[in-house]
Amino acid sequence: MNGFLQGVVDALALGSLYAIFALGIALIFSVLKMINFAHSELVTIGAFVLILLADVPLIIRILILVVVVVGAAVLMERVAFRPVRGAGQTTMLITSFAVSYLLQNAAILIFGPDLRSGSVWSVLNESFMLGPVRILNLNALTIVLTLVLLVALTLFLRKTSIGLQMRAAAEDFTTARLVGVKANRIIAVAFGISGLLAAIASFLLTAQTGVVTNTIGVQVVLMAFVATILGGMGSLSGAVIGAFVLGAVSVILQQLLPLELRPFRDAFLFAAVFVVLVVRPGGLIVTRASRARV
Amino acid sequence: MLAVTDLVVRYGQTTALHGVSFAVNRGEVVALVGPNGAGKTTALKAIVGLVTPASGSIEFDGATIVKHKPENLLRRGISLVPEGRHIFASLTVVENLALGAATRADRRAAKKDVAAFLDRFPALGRRRRSQAGKLSGGEQQQLAIARALIAQPELLMLDEPSLGLAPLVVDQIFGVVSELRDAGTTVLLVEQNATRAVELADRSYVLRTGEIVLEGDSQTVLNHEDFLASYLGVAAGAPGAPVASGVPAASGEVTA
Ligand SMILES: Nc1ncnc2c1ncn2[C@@H]1O[C@H](COP(=O)(O)OP(=O)(O)OP(=O)(O)O)[C@@H](O)[C@H]1O
Ligand SMILES: [Mg+2]
Repeated sequence: MNGFLQGVVDALALGSLYAIFALGIALIFSVLKMINFAHSELVTIGAFVLILLADVPLIIRILILVVVVVGAAVLMERVAFRPVRGAGQTTMLITSFAVSYLLQNAAILIFGPDLRSGSVWSVLNESFMLGPVRILNLNALTIVLTLVLLVALTLFLRKTSIGLQMRAAAEDFTTARLVGVKANRIIAVAFGISGLLAAIASFLLTAQTGVVTNTIGVQVVLMAFVATILGGMGSLSGAVIGAFVLGAVSVILQQLLPLELRPFRDAFLFAAVFVVLVVRPGGLIVTRASRARV
Repeated sequence: MLAVTDLVVRYGQTTALHGVSFAVNRGEVVALVGPNGAGKTTALKAIVGLVTPASGSIEFDGATIVKHKPENLLRRGISLVPEGRHIFASLTVVENLALGAATRADRRAAKKDVAAFLDRFPALGRRRRSQAGKLSGGEQQQLAIARALIAQPELLMLDEPSLGLAPLVVDQIFGVVSELRDAGTTVLLVEQNATRAVELADRSYVLRTGEIVLEGDSQTVLNHEDFLASYLGVAAGAPGAPVASGVPAASGEVTA
């Protein structure tokens, strides 16, 4: 029983982390219909900020983290994506690949290829007991932060005028512009929010690993892509559900697989996702917008 | 108020509009009619900046609006109800209207207007909290028109508002347009349902394969044999279509 509860907490924590990544990707996809592969580099940038500034007081470091990553996200949109916005989805997708690759290599040029390590916040690596279950502070923070983010994002999208405009743009961008939604502003705001999500994700990720390399963002973001596709492209709730399903299934596989097969956990995971997509090609949640595109 | 001159629009190799000119004056209802593929929607898209003209000018209140963004044209006072309605299906009726009102400077007045429109279109009022995608076609068209009106445009452009609606519902929609006319709203009405549109309008233009083939005040257009020729099998046989007056028009073009 305790093993089960422990597993639930682990699954929630992992799913939460995936969800923060997946939301950043799904949000951009919802307005631009583009998968932003460079989202992982936003996370990498954040990780570098945290590790390189390990001596700076935590609060200030977090402030710098948010400013830098949100700034990078907005700048990325302005410099790379806006000029090719009219050029079609394929061009945008390739652009996002190019930006991702460029930043990965820029990181090698600037910081060298070696792994750098540092502590983000040592308190997070301690744990506490909740009844019979031992919970890592970091996992508790991850779960709580994700809940807060989900509530905040939902309120933003449902209750604010710009959130309403964003939902309209996600459904039908052209018509949204016809009713006065400013395309540049909505997309910039979406990138800003995805930058904020990437900053938080990089904090949680780096706190866990304590290291940074030029590809630290790629692995987890790969999982987030899978989660978004599993949940159904273009739906934020789908991305979150996909992330938690993915988190849960990885934890289950981790516990159930025989020891010698555990290194192949992700292969089993992707096989399971593949089966889901064969049965439900649109993902778990099919939105009107994604249906219209097919 | 709106003056389109020698407008040419191309889609790649094909030319959709070959130098089209038309105008709308303040307070007028102008119909732009023509068969399938004539270029009516293209003309409206050029006006709102969704397609860029190859040449020609578009002026609104004396200033050029070519190359302006759609979102800014709404702020300049031009509102388009697009072909196929394009209401936001996943948003509620109220949210669709709130979007339409989002550009209004006076938030409180805008909010009041949302309520006023829900009264004015009772079908929408009854379903204010429903997702717009669940409304019937006619209700969706009412919503699309209300959403455009709530931005308080100086010029309202309607692209085939009767498309795909049952006859009774078409009557309703034309009823809304004639109310707008009586209230002095400036309207550019695009229709395939040509006879009714022309009858309703002060002046009309007939567009065919990217060229204006007929224009004039509505009586003249209705009685012109080219008008019937344009609609042979479409509107000429429709009830209420006038009998050809037999005015000869060798050039196929009449300017009133
Ligand atoms: N996006 C596009 N790409 C290429 N050709 C187009 C495009 N949109 C329209 N066309 C072509 O331009 C011409 C004019 O089309 P348009 O939609 O303006 O006609 P319409 O008068 O609105 O017709 P309908 O009554 O069917 O709505 C047609 O020949 C059409 O095939
Ligand atoms: Mg059309």
